[in-house]
Amino acid sequence: MNAPNKSGWKPEMTPDTAAAVPTATGNRALMLEEPLIFEIGGSETTGVDLPEPSEGANRLGGMARTEPFGLPGLSEPETVRHYTRLSRQNYAIDLGLFPLGSCTMKHNPRLNEKVARMPGFADVHPLQPVDTVRGALEVINELAHWLIELTGMHGVAMTPKAGAHGELCGILCIRAALEAKGDARKVILVPESAHGTNPATAAFAGYAVEDIPATPEGRVDLEALKARLGPDVAGVMITNPNTCGLFERDMKAISDAVHAAGGYVYCDGANFNAIVGRVRPGDLGVDAMHINLHKTFSTPHGGGGPGSGPVVLSEALAPYGPLPFTARRPDGTVDLIEEENAGEEHPLSFGRMSAFHGQMGMFTRALAYILSHGADGLRQVSGDAVLNANYLLRSLEDVLDAPFAFSGPCMHEALFSDRGFADGLTTLDLAKGMIDEGFHPMTMYFPLVVHGSMLVEPTETESKAGLDQLVVALRSLAERARAGDMSLKNAPIHAPRRRLDETLAARKPVLAWSEPDVPAGHPTRSEQGGS
Amino acid sequence: MRYLPLTDADRGEMLSVIGAPDVDALFTDVPAAHYLKEPIEGLPLHASEMAVEKHMRRLSKKNLAAADAAFFCGAGAYRHHVPATVDHLIQRGEFLTAYTPYQPEIAQGTLQMLFEFQSQVARLYGCAVANASMYDGSTACWEAVAMAARVTRKKRVVLSGALHPHYAETVRTMAKFTEDEIAGALPTMQGAPDIDGLIARIDEATSCVVVQYPDILGRVYDMTPIAEAAHAKGALLIAVNTEPVALGACRSPGEMGADIVVGEGQSLGVGLQFGGPYLGLFAVRDPKHVRQMPGRLCGETVDAEGKRGFVLTLSTREQHIRREKATSNICTNSGLCALAFTIHLTLLGEKGLRALAAENHRLACVAADRLAEVPGVTVLNDSFFNEFTIVLPTDARAVVRTLAERKVLAGVSLGRLYPGNDDLSGGLIVAVTETSTEEDIATLCSALKEVLA
Repeated sequence: MNAPNKSGWKPEMTPDTAAAVPTATGNRALMLEEPLIFEIGGSETTGVDLPEPSEGANRLGGMARTEPFGLPGLSEPETVRHYTRLSRQNYAIDLGLFPLGSCTMKHNPRLNEKVARMPGFADVHPLQPVDTVRGALEVINELAHWLIELTGMHGVAMTPKAGAHGELCGILCIRAALEAKGDARKVILVPESAHGTNPATAAFAGYAVEDIPATPEGRVDLEALKARLGPDVAGVMITNPNTCGLFERDMKAISDAVHAAGGYVYCDGANFNAIVGRVRPGDLGVDAMHINLHKTFSTPHGGGGPGSGPVVLSEALAPYGPLPFTARRPDGTVDLIEEENAGEEHPLSFGRMSAFHGQMGMFTRALAYILSHGADGLRQVSGDAVLNANYLLRSLEDVLDAPFAFSGPCMHEALFSDRGFADGLTTLDLAKGMIDEGFHPMTMYFPLVVHGSMLVEPTETESKAGLDQLVVALRSLAERARAGDMSLKNAPIHAPRRRLDETLAARKPVLAWSEPDVPAGHPTRSEQGGS
Repeated sequence: MRYLPLTDADRGEMLSVIGAPDVDALFTDVPAAHYLKEPIEGLPLHASEMAVEKHMRRLSKKNLAAADAAFFCGAGAYRHHVPATVDHLIQRGEFLTAYTPYQPEIAQGTLQMLFEFQSQVARLYGCAVANASMYDGSTACWEAVAMAARVTRKKRVVLSGALHPHYAETVRTMAKFTEDEIAGALPTMQGAPDIDGLIARIDEATSCVVVQYPDILGRVYDMTPIAEAAHAKGALLIAVNTEPVALGACRSPGEMGADIVVGEGQSLGVGLQFGGPYLGLFAVRDPKHVRQMPGRLCGETVDAEGKRGFVLTLSTREQHIRREKATSNICTNSGLCALAFTIHLTLLGEKGLRALAAENHRLACVAADRLAEVPGVTVLNDSFFNEFTIVLPTDARAVVRTLAERKVLAGVSLGRLYPGNDDLSGGLIVAVTETSTEEDIATLCSALKEVLA
């Protein structure tokens, strides 16, 4: 197997004798335990210098808050230390490979952070007069232009706040377009392998959701789909490349069939990173597709957002897109089309999906990323992302079952199953073993169409040496799982925490801190939980 | 390209492991007719860091930053001083470049932060449980309306006329598809909100009443009678707050009987950012409603050694488990904005939040008094926190545009928020925070005096 790094250097491992020695504090050198702010802060402590409030008259309409509300404060140095210590208990893309399938955890360039903080972007109010924010509108319009060109579509709705919000936008456009024709259809078809957001979105928009069957090689079954199409089907939601990591070869035929039956095609663009610069969804007959700027265009995931989910639209759906949006005038200035002026310019809009104009802070970052790569660099992005994934697939398929590897190359992510693991060992155990090896686990148990699925997406920002290290770790873990090494059940043992009791968390939810009021001698919360 | 580590030699070696002649061969599943063999024409090619920065700086300079103006805009987005510590800490890579904490053993930093955040929001709102954030205040408002329908199994929604019109529009848009019936109204241009009028619109079919506190015109009022009237008809009271700093001075919505409290958290830590990303806050007063809540929840538990730890929990409500039966389709939320909020609020603490709120209110009182002295200007509000509405004898939109040319961002006109309603066109919402100086207030007053003369 490849050496774990270019030079062949490997750290010497000595037996871990230290683990048994307790410390008085519970800390272990750089691994520092940190209490809650409620346990270290005080109601009279503050880290901000403000004038002492003066007593006396107010104009709060008799609604002054008099009772204490129990918010702890910390001084500035204590605050810095608290959050710095917490941060060190997180894994992150800055620390290492984060091959979370379908989530596209790529490097987040710091230029983007710098740009987003320029005062002309960060310190402007959304409702300033339009003449004072022309540059901000230009950013939105320039990014919109790129997204339209990269996808070969007709228009783009920029306001959706994340992928799932974008899905809703696309489905609402479809519903509005059908209603405009007086054609009330009730069903949206979604493949079993879809992200959970797809059926949730369709149901939220008032549609009945029906499954589309898959072929044994992991793609949409075109003939079965055709057989189900009819006057009650509003549209299909298809992920392409799909969540098995495969390109839907029949996408154009699917679109043609759906259109012939009077429906529309929604494409989940979560996996656009695999094809950016090489395939335009518009050429495949797609009517609407959201683009997760926090995936393909590298805006940081931030521990769960903020995201941004612009939706590119076909000519048929663009007139129904939400307010507000930007429009470039013949003289080059960019205007904001909102309620005030939409009447003449965009009368069919289905309305507004949120306050203000979208995720500006994400737009600046994504545009900086796109301009850095350019049309040539973006094509290289998808090439390297797909190359990295295929390299992993072929380096692992002899030790990990790859159910669809026979059907050809994968796209940007490689899918494995738990077939061949010894009895009693699962995908979860292998994933937790990855933590001890210094990696973030892959996506587990998704897509649902494969038993114990493991979806590995390396992204294009990993070096070959980094991938080789991952291969060494995964081969070792796969061999342990096949050989029935039950020590994997205890993994992780080197992380800040061992496996957590999720059943307890759900059965007796503790969702906010409360002052301990347990009399002495009564079992503490952790003793109850441990039993 | 600086973001791509593979060398041509690496690519060659990897292709030989795969057994493919070139990268294009990995895309064989794409029909040839739809595969682009060259970069898309008409788009620029790659650019250096220096060149991109220069381009973006040029665009940013076309905007008038709040710091370069006398600034009084509010109406759902507020400019507050964010301590430098906040932006430093949220840029630590372990926070910035982490994912949703699906692997709790290596995500305790994010999870503990979320638990602290939820606890802070619940206390601020006077509620039992808050979730780990939504996209923004307007979408949180819509999610609250959808939740009220699930809880009450009724579909008629009564919106206060003094709810932010963007929030009302968001609810109206979404309701088209869930077939909820929305009863809206325009704000009454009076010193106090029309509570009796609102109560009269509640009936047995009502699922929820949605009010804003302080309201869109800045008025502060007692929500207790509305809560009582809603509860008497089996409806929930949803209170929307767009300025969390107000709750450092004003009674919490929860203690006045609001069942669901939602809001915009942008004021603390997040900054203006031309409208996004912002931070949706969502809380419930009664713990029995927790299982109908949308979005992520972080809960306390223990690990295999009995150590305290935190996990995402009650996920059987969520889309990745329940699919079409989920309480919401939300997935990614506003994690990093929640972090900024919680750090800012921790720096403030109760003492600092009270002091910050008091300073906002003091300056707003100064501004209201000075503006009342400008000929032609009437201050509408009987009560306010840091934002109030003045009425001008002319269309406020035009006044705002004229003042902007003098680098005075005077506020948000009602004409912009409620186009087509001539009765409201004289209204101007003026927000005053700790970032507005008395000198700024004097600048606003003298400029307004000249323009109105």
